[in-house]
Formats: sequence, structure tokens, C-alpha cells
Amino acid sequence: MDLSVINPILLIAALMSAATPILLAATGELVVERAGVLNLGVEGMMIVGAICGFAIAVESGSPLFGFFAAAVGGALLSLLFAFLTQVTLANQVASGLALTLFGLGLSALIGQSYVGIKPPRLPDLNFGLLGDVPIIGPVLFSHNLILYFGLALVAAVWAMLKYTRVGLVLRAVGENHDAAHALGYKVVRIRTLAIMFGGACAGMGGAYISLIRVPQWTEGMTAGVGWIALALVVFASWKPWRVLLGAYLFGGITQLQLNLQGAGVAIPVEYLAMSPYVITIVVLVILSADKSAAPGSLGRTFHASN
Amino acid sequence: MRITTLLASAAIALGLVTAAVAEDTTKVGFVYVGPVGDGGWTFTHDQARQAVEAEFGDAVETVFVESVAEGPDAERVLTQMALDGADLIFTTSFGYMDATNNVAAKFPDVKFEHATGYKRLHPNVSTYSARFYEGRAVQGHIAGNMTESNIIGYIASYPIPEVIRGINSAYLHASKVNPDVEFKIIWVYTWFDPAKEADAAKTLIDQGADVILQHTDSTAPHAAAQEAGNVVTFGQASDMSAYAPFPRVSAILDEWGDYYIARTRAVMDGTWESVDTWHGIGDGMVGIGEITDAVPANVAEEAMAMKAALADGSYHAFTGPINKQDGSAWLAEGEVADDGTLAGMNFYVEGITGEIPQ
Repeated sequence: MDLSVINPILLIAALMSAATPILLAATGELVVERAGVLNLGVEGMMIVGAICGFAIAVESGSPLFGFFAAAVGGALLSLLFAFLTQVTLANQVASGLALTLFGLGLSALIGQSYVGIKPPRLPDLNFGLLGDVPIIGPVLFSHNLILYFGLALVAAVWAMLKYTRVGLVLRAVGENHDAAHALGYKVVRIRTLAIMFGGACAGMGGAYISLIRVPQWTEGMTAGVGWIALALVVFASWKPWRVLLGAYLFGGITQLQLNLQGAGVAIPVEYLAMSPYVITIVVLVILSADKSAAPGSLGRTFHASN
Repeated sequence: MRITTLLASAAIALGLVTAAVAEDTTKVGFVYVGPVGDGGWTFTHDQARQAVEAEFGDAVETVFVESVAEGPDAERVLTQMALDGADLIFTTSFGYMDATNNVAAKFPDVKFEHATGYKRLHPNVSTYSARFYEGRAVQGHIAGNMTESNIIGYIASYPIPEVIRGINSAYLHASKVNPDVEFKIIWVYTWFDPAKEADAAKTLIDQGADVILQHTDSTAPHAAAQEAGNVVTFGQASDMSAYAPFPRVSAILDEWGDYYIARTRAVMDGTWESVDTWHGIGDGMVGIGEITDAVPANVAEEAMAMKAALADGSYHAFTGPINKQDGSAWLAEGEVADDGTLAGMNFYVEGITGEIPQ
């Protein structure tokens, strides 16, 4: 065992990068669920975002434009879910699962001519002198724009839900859609917008995997991250900062266990491999002892005649 | 009453028609652990499926289901395939072993072929695998020569004999040409997860590895190596030539086509029997991808000579003297490993650090 081969600065930098796809997708899903909609199609929207972002980044040469396209792609796909659940009043669970299957197939189709291509690289931001500060510089000021965007998004969603009128209306729709409807709020319209926001975030999360974390396109490359993001929203009790904590814990312990394995630590590998899941769940369950409940109308179908 | 009779006779008539159609074509099913576009393991199986179609044309119909999780879900997929009239089913991952045997017990008329496993509990189950460890020997030889930091990173999937054999074979041949070489092994517990494979590769590179060997199915480690710069990789299962000539300097190729064609023909002829097939470079089931110019010419020549010796049987990848990790003797001078020990290999050879997860 030789722990000195683990560089804590590289480890933390890697952790932040590994957590970002989950963070983006989970933050989007949080807004969707706070509006009272359960969209199980996160995985499908992520993989579609991954290929849309990849394809457009390769064609245009601009990774940022790729991320924009990923958000559009994810939002468009989520619009299908919105149509099924908000207009035709289909079952949300079934529609979400169908969205995942559809997204996996669609992305494989779009991606056929993009296998083995190297995407343009999104440069790290240059913070000038700040980047040269020992330890803090490489940890905090050596990342790309999207990673900071993810952090800003968490803060923005938190502030929006807590302090703004929009947030209040969104929560009202999620807690009791009949009451919100009686007050004159357009439940279907608000939910559709929330679903599209969730789709855009998931799409960007997927593009973060295909453009930055792996830099390549491979069919099915999200490999279940969307499901982890979904679970994270529940364990985080639908609170933005807990989503951030959960995503960083999960990403961090995943990176740490890989590093520990490489360093030959004498902990059985099975325990290391399951540690990210166990520790993240335990921490978030302890935090949710304050009895925060799910949005009251979560997963329920709304129709104005009810 | 009348309408039920009508429906019943219609159903019977329909059944007869489908049965008549089924007589003509042989239906071959494939179950894959990853997507056909993984660029590695599943991709090569699907290439072989297409080779079967090309060989027999309309006489054969093939179906496949991709990304099937190992475990109970596989049993459901296999049952459905058998119910849909498949005559022969290839299950192409180690983790389908029990599912294959369970479903085979229920469908004695359907033939099952399980890749990389060892359980043949029923007369309608065959197993087949390739001697990938022969490819690993060639790979280890190149890797040992190419490393400058003397640290070789190994992305391992699951602790099963096939993976452990690969690690041992690569290590033996790397340390033969470079006694200082050290293997860093990371178990990722997945066959296919590009993000995780890339993370594992980056971790190994951060910890000083300048050669990455992988026993996972995607090309993600190549992308990570390319990003890092001076790191060597090898194609796994398929050529992965998109990353040649560097970082990918060579590859281990899986060639399933001939076997799949032969087995399909056996079902059509009625000569199919339960067998255990384990073919290597000599039989053409394992290939070595083109060695690029990034490898010094003399190393490439030695590697090709080793490939030839493995193919004609004059050299065995596990030839003594070899000790086990704990220092106890395994093979004496000149002794070669028997297939039984290799098939169930659950120990590291001397020199590898760390423990095999149990």
C-alpha cells in the first residue's frame, strides 16, 4: 500500500468533474418533481443530449454550441413526455420508462456516424492570478465553464424556489394541483415548462459525459447515470443543496475508491466498489431526518375537470 | 359459440402456417451484454452474427437483444427468444451462465451456446470461449517494452478466471522483458460503462501508469489516454483502430464468425452436439491487431514471432517455471499449464501485488 501515489488535488478536481453530469441531471429533475411530475426518462434525455451535443460540437467545432444543442435536444425529447403526460394524460411512470427506451434507440441511430471521432475540447477557464494560488487554485479555479454553470444552476434553482414568485407558483402546482388550478394558475403550462427545463438540464449532463468526461461517442455511454440522478433527488428530499452534496459525495467516493484500488489499499474491493452508493444513501438519509416530504401531487395526473 | 370456433380454427390455421414457415428457416438468437455499437466485445459478436446471415442468406433468420443485464433479466429474454421459435441461441457473456442452463432445461429442443462459461448441465448446452490469454501474452510483451515508468495500469472487469488469466499472462510476458514492471489493477465491476472506464484510466494515469491494458468493452480508456498524451493502449475485442497509430498500438481481436457459422450449420444438418470449445490464435478465434509504427520494429517482430509460436503450438503462454503469488511452485521448468487449471484460474502469479476480490 502506498497512499502517497494519490494526489489529493487531482482527486478533488476529478471528483468535481465526475459529479457534474449527475448534478446537472438531478437539478433539472428536482425542478420537474417539485412541479409534481415524475419523469423517469432522465437516462433517455441524457443520452440524447450526449449525442446531440457531440454531433453539433463536432460539426460546428464549438463545444459550447454543442452544450447548447444538447440542452435543446434534451428539451425537445422531454416535450414528447410532456405531450404524453400533460395533454393525453398518460401514466407518468410508463411514459418516463418509454422515454428512456426511445432515447437510447434514437441516440444510437443519430450516433452511427460519430463513432471514433474526437470532439473539440472545451478549454478550462483562466482565472489569471487566482489559478496560481497553491492548492485552492488547481482545486477551484482549473475547470471548464460547464462545471461552474452546474454550481450556479444549483444556487439559482434554490433561490428561485425559495424567494421568487415563480418558485412559489411552481411549488403550489407540485403540492396541490387542484388548489393551484382553482387559483387560476395554468397547471399544464407550468408543468410543461418545468419538464422542458428538466430535459435541457439532463441533456447538458449527458453532453458533459460525451464531450468532457470521456470525450467520445459510444452507444449507451451514460450507462445508468440518469437513474442515479433520479434516486439522488429522492434521497436529497427535493432540496437543491442536498442534491449538490449527494452528487459530490457520490462522485468523490467513486474517484476515491478507484484511487485506493490503484494504490493497493488492503480494503476488499467489493466494499470499495459499493461504498459510493452506501455512503451517499446513508448521509442523505440521516440528513432527511427532518421529515421533508415529497411534493403532494408528485406523479398524479391532472385534468381541469377533476 | 360459432365465433369462438371460427377464431379457434383460424388460430390453428395460423399456427400451421407459421410452423410451415419455421420449417424452412433456422432462427438463430443472440443475447448481448452491451450495445452493438460498443466498439468492442458486443460489436465483434454482432459482426459474427452478420457473417452468419451473409453465409446462409434466407435460410437463416437472426435476432438479437442488446444490453441485457446479467442475472434474472437474461432468463426472461432467453425464455422469450425460445418461445419465439429460436432454434439456436448464443448467450455472449459469462454472467448468463445460470440463466442459459435454467432456460435450456425448459426448452430441450432449442440449442444453447454460452460464451466463456463452463456449465453444461443439459445436453442442449454447449460452451465456447477463446484463448484470449494467448493474445494477452503478445500484448504483455509489447507493454513491457513500451513502458518507461514501469507502471502498467490494468482495468479489470469482474474477478472471474478469464480476467485473471489475462492479467497473469500479460504480467508474465511483461515482466519477462522488463523485470521492474509493476501492475496496478483496478476492478470496475462492469463490462461496459464508458464514464467509469475513463475514470479508471485517468486514475491509473494520475498514479504514474504509461501503459493501460483493459478488460472492459468500450473505447473510453483510449480517449482518456489520448487526452493524457504519452500513454499506450491496446484494442480490446475489436481493433479499435480509430485510436491508431497512437495511443492504440495493437489489439486483441475476437473472431467469432467461423464458429457461429459452423454451429449454425450443425443445427441445420442435425449434427449439433453439446461440446466445449476453447480455440486460440491457431484456430483463428483470437487475432492480433496490426502493430503500429509507434512500437519499435524489433519489438513488433518479436511479438509477431511469439504469435506464430503460439499459433503452431510450439510455445504455450503459461510455460514453467512459474510460481503462484504466495511463492509456492505452480509449474516446473518447461511444464505447461493444463486446461483445467487455466479454466478455473483463481490466483495471481508471483510478482503481482494486491489481492483478487473473492
